[in-house]
Amino acid sequence: MASQPQSDNPVAGNDYVRITDMTFMRGERPIFKDVTIRIPRGKVTAIMGPSGTGKTTLLRLIGGQLRPDRGEILVDGHNIPRLGRQELFRVRSKMGMLFQSGALFTDLPVYENVAFPLRVHTDLPEDMIRDIVLMKLQAVGLRGASHLMPSELSGGMARRAALARAIALDPDLVMYDEPFAGQDPMSMGVVVQLIRLLNDALGHTSIVVSHDVQETASIADYIYVVSGGEVIGEGSPDEVLNSDLPRVRQFMQGLPDGPVPFHYPAPSVEQDFLGGEQS
Amino acid sequence: MRTRTVELAVGAFMLIGLVAIIFLALRVSGLSMQSPDETYRVYGKFENIGGLTVRAKVTMAGVTIGRVSDIYLDKEDFVGVVEMDIYDSVSNLSTDTSAAILTAGLLGEKYIGLTQGAELDNLTDGSEIYNTQSAMVLEDLIAKFLVGQVSSDDP
Amino acid sequence: MIDRIAALGSKGLETLQALGRSGMFLFHALWALPNVRVNGPLLVRQIFSVGVLSLIIILVSGVFIGMVLALQGYNILTRYGSEQALGQMVALTLLRELGPVVTALLFAGRAGSALTAEIGLMKATEQLASMEMIGVDPLRRIISPRFWAGFYCLPTLAVIFSAVGVLGAYAVGVVWLGVDGGSFWSNMQNSVEWGEDVMNGVIKSLVFGIVVTWIAVFQGYDTVPTSEGISRATTRTVVYASLAVLGLDFILTAVMFGEL
Ligand SMILES: Nc1ncnc2c1ncn2[C@@H]1O[C@H](COP(=O)(O)OP(=O)(O)O)[C@@H](O)[C@H]1O
Ligand SMILES: [Mg+2]
Repeated sequence: MASQPQSDNPVAGNDYVRITDMTFMRGERPIFKDVTIRIPRGKVTAIMGPSGTGKTTLLRLIGGQLRPDRGEILVDGHNIPRLGRQELFRVRSKMGMLFQSGALFTDLPVYENVAFPLRVHTDLPEDMIRDIVLMKLQAVGLRGASHLMPSELSGGMARRAALARAIALDPDLVMYDEPFAGQDPMSMGVVVQLIRLLNDALGHTSIVVSHDVQETASIADYIYVVSGGEVIGEGSPDEVLNSDLPRVRQFMQGLPDGPVPFHYPAPSVEQDFLGGEQS
Repeated sequence: MRTRTVELAVGAFMLIGLVAIIFLALRVSGLSMQSPDETYRVYGKFENIGGLTVRAKVTMAGVTIGRVSDIYLDKEDFVGVVEMDIYDSVSNLSTDTSAAILTAGLLGEKYIGLTQGAELDNLTDGSEIYNTQSAMVLEDLIAKFLVGQVSSDDP
Repeated sequence: MIDRIAALGSKGLETLQALGRSGMFLFHALWALPNVRVNGPLLVRQIFSVGVLSLIIILVSGVFIGMVLALQGYNILTRYGSEQALGQMVALTLLRELGPVVTALLFAGRAGSALTAEIGLMKATEQLASMEMIGVDPLRRIISPRFWAGFYCLPTLAVIFSAVGVLGAYAVGVVWLGVDGGSFWSNMQNSVEWGEDVMNGVIKSLVFGIVVTWIAVFQGYDTVPTSEGISRATTRTVVYASLAVLGLDFILTAVMFGEL
């Protein structure tokens, strides 16, 4: 590599995911502009930013469901946008993803949901599948709920069941899309704990996408703040929380107005209220 | 188990579908089980075939024994030639069998009615039926009727 | 003026693009050939929700339409003294037209809209995306069994519809109005052709099955993943599928029974 990217990430030599100068457009609108992000192996890395900046999109780019217009996305050395179907299939078996809505298959009971990736990717006999599924459900505290249908679970339980499914194949990378959103404080605490615990116990790499500052800061090893298609700040939770950069401060401290304006672009107030003849 | 109920219901559904198609075949369209594929072909020449069409029935004593397979003009005699496929099971039609183009009801479809003759020899594949009677054309009948009326009113 | 033309042009291009997208989608869904071990049970489940659950409405509509046809037909045919042709009239109407067409319209409303809503909801709740992330092609796992189920169920339902319609007509015509039962059936059998009438009707409903299911699953798959998007897609399925059925019916009838 000739030009070492100017990332302060301390473990940059040992990245599980490397995104380099990546640009992604939705039609004419750039969602990401030359973004460079490093996800270190074995750590919990958080991607933070306001809603609609493209955090979910970023996870889908890493998972190969979307292709960038320019730039590189390396996952464990594989250049995701260049992979064929078969290779992508193999790389994905090493990734687990917890979707924002849980995304449990509504026509299958919890047990079958967790067994699903095992049945797809392995030829294990039924009794081994059973052991693994119950073990994963035990890890998220839902072994007793294995026979329930997803519609019978509370929101927090559904999220945890989906987490059990995401780690069913012992992936090297687990991606969490807004794991705290829409949870009551108690189940939020459970999920926060789980992410850290699983990461340390199973030794995988975690990416947490969120806009919940406190919860994310409490478990992340490293934080990227994304806004307007760019990385506007990065560092350890402390560094980011106490950042001097105005845009990072505005987001992390939840200030209503700042460099990112509270008001959607509009004609001046005088024009709108007084100049009534425009219709 | 729920899967079991689903499978049973689907099985029943397929069965109902099968029963329905068999009902349509046997009861509604009167398809007979033995395939009437085996046929032999005879033809007859008619002065006027009226509205006879290909695939019309060929009957004897009201029983369907074949189909009209082709209709064309004999360019030398200027008569209509009707080819008929007769089921092999009806193999003992005499050579002087007569054929008439008939109408089902007053305005119904046209079909061919055969009447058995007296000869001992039988029609075979490629035989001609010489004894033919053309279709009754309604317009002709009406015209004749009107002419008759006029002439009888006119002493 | 120029603007209008430009708008019309871009609308046309958009439509063409959607058509292309749906064509490629159909191609992929069919190309994802079923793996019997996995897809057998999936197909059975889809035949259940697409076919079995539509059975009641098909049975009820079939019986009633058969009865109404018999009543109307009887009134007209008695004027010409040919009420023994009742069976023939009802059977031909059902087999050639009403069976395939009414079944397809009911199917679009009952099963088609449900398919669109179900798939749209799967998309909105990220189930399709998560399936893809697990490494399973949703086209193969979700779309393909639903498509084949529709392809099988609509002709089956149409055949059932025609059969119970004939029975309904028998009940009204023979049992109630007193048409002679023997001539009811024999007239029918004499004029109904297995190939010409029954089979052509089945072919019609096969075509309708492909088109209605295709529209339904594509609209679901192509939904804007919001609640508003799903409800719009569901409406579109019923409207497009009904129009397609009526239009295709005209073309098929012209080809099959017309002077060609
Ligand atoms: N399928 C799509 N088509 C067009 N635009 C989309 C689509 N999905 C998302 N977007 C847009 O991309 C942007 C980023 O979306 P997303 O990644 O979901 O944001 P986040 O997860 O950060 O809230 C949003 O502005 C959204 O409107
Ligand atoms: Mg999101």
